[in-house]
Amino acid sequence: MLAKNKKTKFRYVWNFPGFGGWTAIFFGFLYVPIFVLVCYSFNSSKFAMIWTGFSFRWYAKLFSNDDIQTATINSLIVAFAAAPLATIIATFSALALVRGGEFRFREFSNGLITLPLMVPEIVTAVATLIFFASLGINFGLINVIIAHTVFCIPFAFMPIKAALEAMDPNLELAARDLYSDKTSTFKTITLPLLTPGILSGFMLAFVISIDDFIITLMVAGGGSTTLPVYIYSMVKMGVSPEVNAVSSLMLGFSIFIVSLYWFFNRKINN
Amino acid sequence: MTLKKVNAIEVKNVTKVYRSSNTETRALRNANLTIYDNEFFTLLGPSGCGKTTLLRLIAGFEDITEGSINLFDQEIVNLPPNKRPVNTVFQQYSLFPHLDVYENVAFGLRRLKKDESLTKKRTMEVLELVQMKDYATRKPNQLSGGQQQRVALARALAPEPKVLLLDEPLSALDLKLRQAMRYELKTLQRETGITFVFVTHDQEEALTMSDRIAVINEGEIQQIGEPEQIYESPSNKFVANFIGEANLLSGFCKTNGENGLCELYTGHSINLFVPSHIKQNDKVTIFIRPERIKIVKSSKDKSQLSISEFTYLGNAATIQLKSNEQIINVNLPIEDLKVFKKGDYVDIEFPKGSAQVID
Ligand SMILES: Nc1ncnc2c1ncn2[C@@H]1O[C@H](COP(=O)(O)OP(=O)(O)O)[C@@H](O)[C@H]1O
Ligand SMILES: [Mg+2]
Repeated sequence: MLAKNKKTKFRYVWNFPGFGGWTAIFFGFLYVPIFVLVCYSFNSSKFAMIWTGFSFRWYAKLFSNDDIQTATINSLIVAFAAAPLATIIATFSALALVRGGEFRFREFSNGLITLPLMVPEIVTAVATLIFFASLGINFGLINVIIAHTVFCIPFAFMPIKAALEAMDPNLELAARDLYSDKTSTFKTITLPLLTPGILSGFMLAFVISIDDFIITLMVAGGGSTTLPVYIYSMVKMGVSPEVNAVSSLMLGFSIFIVSLYWFFNRKINN
Repeated sequence: MTLKKVNAIEVKNVTKVYRSSNTETRALRNANLTIYDNEFFTLLGPSGCGKTTLLRLIAGFEDITEGSINLFDQEIVNLPPNKRPVNTVFQQYSLFPHLDVYENVAFGLRRLKKDESLTKKRTMEVLELVQMKDYATRKPNQLSGGQQQRVALARALAPEPKVLLLDEPLSALDLKLRQAMRYELKTLQRETGITFVFVTHDQEEALTMSDRIAVINEGEIQQIGEPEQIYESPSNKFVANFIGEANLLSGFCKTNGENGLCELYTGHSINLFVPSHIKQNDKVTIFIRPERIKIVKSSKDKSQLSISEFTYLGNAATIQLKSNEQIINVNLPIEDLKVFKKGDYVDIEFPKGSAQVID
């Protein structure tokens, strides 16, 4: 009996002593600050950390702050331009790499596409900045869009590639066998089956773009400030309840997008 | 009445080499075969022998390395799969998961731009044929394996192909269903009159269903013939061993010719046809099926053959005889079950026409 107990004791990770406590501490560190931030965004006090009552005043103030609105619109323009571009490029890359048969540098290309995920972002940021500066490319927001498109590609690429790899290649052959030419096979079989993967790649690229700070900070000139960069500049002048409010809104938006991502991801996997 | 046989498929000197960056696999070596119209033709061989490769070459999913393939006297190797009037039933069915049963089956007809009423009529007709009419609105993942199998069959039959290619269609089903489906497939082939090219590694499936069989090993066609031919007179040791049980007994030739004579190392003499290239005292291998050997009671001083294994099977028994390091397998018919037991000394007889010299 005793022996059996001993054997089963560490069978599950939650049987380790203190596992529950450490887990609680971990989640506490992760989520309590966010929770507090959201709570204080409804604080009526002007001082960030003193609770005086519930109010929507900071949200109201946000909507009358032109700078925040410009930054938000910039962020959305960049994300809605960069994420689709990145997704399209990622889709074709994935098709070429997974369905393109054997070609030279196939493994190498695959590595090259996903490598930026491992390069420190600050390196990419500085490189992009130098690149734009040396070529004299200076089109304001378009610079930001180009930079975002490029670094979002690997994020869009991964779920699309996974979806394509999970897809039975015989399905496309079956369509071809049933008198379907290449174009209509792509339209009737490949694309519909790949849609959840493409959508989830798009969501990921979108969130990454909306959220990006370092690269945008380097690349964005005056007038093309995005929301994260603007929030940072606000914080530098002291944490105001407005920052709480705008951060809470961003959080809500991200949660919405990420939920969509999980939703589509689940569709791929079943 | 003699009907001239129409060639549905001619495979001529076909070689297929798969090349990847560091390896080369010769999946087919100089394969030749002719499949007639209306025939249930089976490609039989162990896993990895190149059966699927040949099927995929006929369907157009792979580029041919050498040789040519004709479909009703038309060269097809340069046609893409969608231009070949053949359809495939895939091993894992490969039904379109996002389309319901009806749309799966109608897929080919729609691509052929048949008009809507004809598409509907034909789709319902084949669904009826495979008894899946009630499932038309289901998605593939709401069907059992056997039902998916039927839908895959219906999908491939709907466009009325000239030839139907089936890649181990029964291998994913359980035993009972597999046996029922054998019969159904055979009936379906007879009723539709479509040429079936059926791939299997199961010799029993091949023997029971086929009009003719091609036995393949390591990319080479070993023998083509009707089931009886393949079973009764295999052309080499591989075929003899792969189909059913076989005794391959060593001995030497005494006289060759139509009325030749060979002696086994067990001391038994056999009268049989010995090809003329085999000369006196040449080593020979003699093939005989276990059920063709007759055994009679003997005693220790007259025979050196004794029963070393006795396996009871209910309606028959298999026994093993041992002598001079040679093992002979014999099937006992039911009426002899009680006559023999392990350890008995016996003698054997080879009825005329039962044994054959084999390469
Ligand atoms: N796409 C491929 N690339 C490389 N080798 C392959 C490929 N398909 C099959 N082969 C090889 O060719 C041989 C024959 O395969 P296959 O035709 O699938 O055999 P079977 O269907 O008889 O089991 C095997 O050795 C297999 O490993
Ligand atoms: Mg196979």
